[in-house]
Amino acid sequence: MLRVEYAYWLIAAFLLYAGLRNLLERQGWRALFWLVLGTLFAGGDEVLSQQAAGNALPAQLAGGGVILLALLAPQIRRSTHTENASREHRMQSAIRLGHRLFVPALLIPVVTLLVALFGSHLSIAGYAVFAKPQMTLTGLALACVIALFAASRVTRSSMPEGLIEGRRLLDAIGWAVLLPLLLAALGEVFTQSGVGAAIAGLAGTILPTGSALACLLAFALGMVMFTVIMGNAFAAFPVMMAGIGLPLLIQQHGANPAILGSMGMLCGYCGTLMTPMAADYNLVPAALLELRSPYGVIRAQLGSALAILAATIVLMYLFVFR
Amino acid sequence: MNYWPLLGIAVIVIGFLLRFNPVPVVVCAALTSGLLAGLTPLALLALLGKSFVSSRLLLLYVLTLPVIGLLERAGLREHAQRWIGRLHGLSLARLLTGYLLLRQVLAMFGLTGVAGAAQTVRPLLAPMSEAAAEKILPELDSADRDEVRAIAAATDNIGRFFGEDVFIALGAVLLIQAFYTQHGIELTPLSIALWAMPTAIAAFVIQSVRVWLYQRQLQRRAANMRSERTN
Repeated sequence: MLRVEYAYWLIAAFLLYAGLRNLLERQGWRALFWLVLGTLFAGGDEVLSQQAAGNALPAQLAGGGVILLALLAPQIRRSTHTENASREHRMQSAIRLGHRLFVPALLIPVVTLLVALFGSHLSIAGYAVFAKPQMTLTGLALACVIALFAASRVTRSSMPEGLIEGRRLLDAIGWAVLLPLLLAALGEVFTQSGVGAAIAGLAGTILPTGSALACLLAFALGMVMFTVIMGNAFAAFPVMMAGIGLPLLIQQHGANPAILGSMGMLCGYCGTLMTPMAADYNLVPAALLELRSPYGVIRAQLGSALAILAATIVLMYLFVFR
Repeated sequence: MNYWPLLGIAVIVIGFLLRFNPVPVVVCAALTSGLLAGLTPLALLALLGKSFVSSRLLLLYVLTLPVIGLLERAGLREHAQRWIGRLHGLSLARLLTGYLLLRQVLAMFGLTGVAGAAQTVRPLLAPMSEAAAEKILPELDSADRDEVRAIAAATDNIGRFFGEDVFIALGAVLLIQAFYTQHGIELTPLSIALWAMPTAIAAFVIQSVRVWLYQRQLQRRAANMRSERTN
């Protein structure tokens, strides 16, 4: 049965490979960074199962690893490996291969799509091929493996050459790969530390609760603000709902819960478009696209995010109290 | 109420404002809030480690890198650009609006992992957009290229975000429903998902208009350059 854990092992192997290559090239800090991250990925399942069994030591070690990564990150510069093939070479190859080059690239979304749609019906000798949890993402990992085979066939190069190229791109992204995971961990720590409850407590003391419009604005803008700080609308939602949405808007002013919940969450999504804290949507793409400013994607999104937010607040005001 | 853990947020804000490397800033914020909330250092380490490894799926996109690297070395971007350059009917605005619609519809059916910055934007959408922009203004400088790529990534994000909330069996809708159930309000997922539709339409219109405005700005610059040259 294919599980998403296998994908983590693949990632671990790739990260460890990148670490060893850097070690051979005497890039000590960068080598250590990838080796530590690869070890965290390889040992992740063990950490979680030991933690569930009541042994906190592996999780504490993993926490130490995270702090080590944080210390290493400023040491590694974004690498600028020169591209292995010249522009003329790539142009000639593009002319020779033509549309065949699209096939492996499109295999990634297509195979993922097929697994997402039909994966649950697939079984061999009575055993399901894909495990239920995270099936789409398991499909994505499988798609990458299949696409790598196809790409090496189409370009007539070997799979290890794919690893070399992949590692070049990984080094170009550098420490930005860490941010999505770290911010998820930060969200968990904030929740456990009662940061959300403290914010809701503060908002309750300064808000004119008699005005439905004031409460609605505080709720919508609070969703945006809190999402901007946390980088995730899902973290903001329960806090703002418990602090303002439920007691003031629904119970006191009779707001429609379905509309308030749905559109309130979407206000949070507008916040996601504006914040560097949502690293996986904003900073990682900027690094992937090799933009000179890490905030380039946010800058391109800001106008749309504000306009969509304004539209959502107006729609919410029109419908939520009917 | 213990307000001290809020200082973690201050660490984040100050760190980002001073443009420190975000990685240690985020870890410092977590340590600040956790310690001020009264967690012991060992419990805090364990919490940090456990939460970090629990979100490993956020790094799944690195598996696309070997494929993309191999194809790019063999000229994928050059081919995408040449191809778009030859398609006369396909303007920058049409390309991005078409992608936006596709991304929103896919996300509405819960297929968010199918496209993305690594899966589709870097290998396909970004070079195609650059080529489409080059058709309008052949003298694109590197700042323009950055902007076109950023707009491609923004279009991908907006399509995803304002499509996925319409899908009934995914994260956001279930989270909203679960919150209400905990507080004694019973709602069907469909009633929540339906109310994401007006914003989904607004988002499509707004992003399409902005892309079209950007295209018009490029066309104006191209026209100015041509008239300068003839004078």
